[in-house]
Amino acid sequence: MNEVCFKNIDKDQCWSLETYEASGGYSTWRKILKGEYTPDEIINELKTSGLRGRGGAGFPTGLKWSFMPRNAQGQKYVICNSDEGEPGTCKDRDILRFNPHSVIEGMAIGSFVMNATIGYNYIRGEFMEPFNRFEGALKEAYAAGLLGKNINASEVSFDLYSHLGAGAYIVGEETALLESLEGKKGQPRFKPPFPANVGLYGKPTTINNTESFASVPEIMSKGGQWFADLGVENSGGTKLFSVSGHVNNPANFEVSMGMPFSELLELAGGMRNGAKLKAVIPGGSSTPVLTAEVAMGMTMDYDGIEKAGSMLGAGSVIIMDESTCMVKALTRLAHFYYDESCGQCTPCREGTGWLYRVLKRIMDGKGKAEDIDLLMSVQEKIMGNTICALGDAAAMPVESFLRNFREEFEYYIEHGKSMVEK
Amino acid sequence: MIISDSAKKQIDIWIEKYPQGKQSSAVMEALKLVQAENDNQLTSEAIQAVADYLDMPGIAAAEVATFYENYNHKPVGKHIIRFCHNISCMLNGADDLITHLETKLGVKTGEVTKDGLISVKKVECLGACVGAPMFQIDDQYYEHLTADKIDDIVDGLK
Repeated sequence: MNEVCFKNIDKDQCWSLETYEASGGYSTWRKILKGEYTPDEIINELKTSGLRGRGGAGFPTGLKWSFMPRNAQGQKYVICNSDEGEPGTCKDRDILRFNPHSVIEGMAIGSFVMNATIGYNYIRGEFMEPFNRFEGALKEAYAAGLLGKNINASEVSFDLYSHLGAGAYIVGEETALLESLEGKKGQPRFKPPFPANVGLYGKPTTINNTESFASVPEIMSKGGQWFADLGVENSGGTKLFSVSGHVNNPANFEVSMGMPFSELLELAGGMRNGAKLKAVIPGGSSTPVLTAEVAMGMTMDYDGIEKAGSMLGAGSVIIMDESTCMVKALTRLAHFYYDESCGQCTPCREGTGWLYRVLKRIMDGKGKAEDIDLLMSVQEKIMGNTICALGDAAAMPVESFLRNFREEFEYYIEHGKSMVEK
Repeated sequence: MIISDSAKKQIDIWIEKYPQGKQSSAVMEALKLVQAENDNQLTSEAIQAVADYLDMPGIAAAEVATFYENYNHKPVGKHIIRFCHNISCMLNGADDLITHLETKLGVKTGEVTKDGLISVKKVECLGACVGAPMFQIDDQYYEHLTADKIDDIVDGLK
């Protein structure tokens, strides 16, 4: 536990440069400045590590970095996506608060690999405490001569800045983030072209999640194989799981990939008041909900959660006990996507409104027998028909809640009240 | 409308972060800074003033000001309580606590107290789910809320 992003979390002033360097921090970056690494060596180490994008998509980080046209003329950019906001997810906030230098070093290493001399860390607008921590760390890094132009008289330059959002879940989508960083509405772009070719200000750009960047320095100092061995096949390393909901000790836990869900639940103190587990959303509000029975047999890694019928996503584990009204829970999630749809694609803009309004009608006791079919039909029409993944993210909870807990919806429609809540 | 010198100074710090000619990247912070100096609210004159300062079309700044959540276009209180009501907070009793807060302040979410001190908003996930239930007041997060804790925090607002 706590071997990578959280390795200093129990230390005093764990966010300081002093603490970070005392535990080997910036050793890889200093070697890079001395010319002791080639970009290919770093990419190979990352490929060996099995590190996959921790923001939710799970794309192999080493491969992503290799897509950057590092020898192309002109400016290139490296961007950290700290626009955390998917219900259930709160791990990047803690990385920024408690280990900001790992993000800076991870981004610096990435900048060298991709020949991108400017970086931005896009932090969600409400995260003022994490933002101030990160700004403080940046100041320390500049003062220590770790960032800037021709650092330590080397040929390596890297300038890193933080950027603040202003409240929009959609900006966590990487091309919406680019639009936002350019000072526009955060509406996703068509892909292709991909950001590696046409990104920020039209220049080659690579965007990674905070946890992905924060994992890189430790992978480089201990080796890709070390990291891979912490996890299981196809899911190298450790992962931060944000466990929230009906547990005794909700918290972020950095554990090895492949840990049985039941053990993670124990780490989180078990079920509150000894209540019975009813349902689990394993990877954040966009990922399909699972029944207790299925969840208890699942392991916490990409393949394990997929086999159980859901996705690892950002590792945001939402625990619901038997007192939870699934109609209410889904209505709350549907409201989220309705509120956060950027309005660009018709199926999502209109569909998320339909989903919310039909669910609200059921909650108001005015549901109709055909509403379940209507919800299914609307989510099917959103799924796969939008520019970005927000549409799918809105559809997946609906399909999975209705599939796994259909009787609760039927009961609510028939009786005009919840089957579980009094 | 004129942007104050101190706001301009801070906007300039943000402009410096972006490449030359890309100063419109600073629009989100510029709008926040101007909003903070004008009763937490953005008028169309204020939005135009930001656009002029950043040498961008007024409509482009207005699009940003209306797309993102954290800009206010109607009067709000001196302090804004942003109460998360999404799933992790809901599972931890946020709905009852929101009702408690509304009763205490004598307002509904979306309204401002009569003395103009406090606005209450129901908001989507603020990314502190393991600290649920939680709310944000101005720039500060408050986690693991209870009715008593809320009373103490709110009573301390001036």
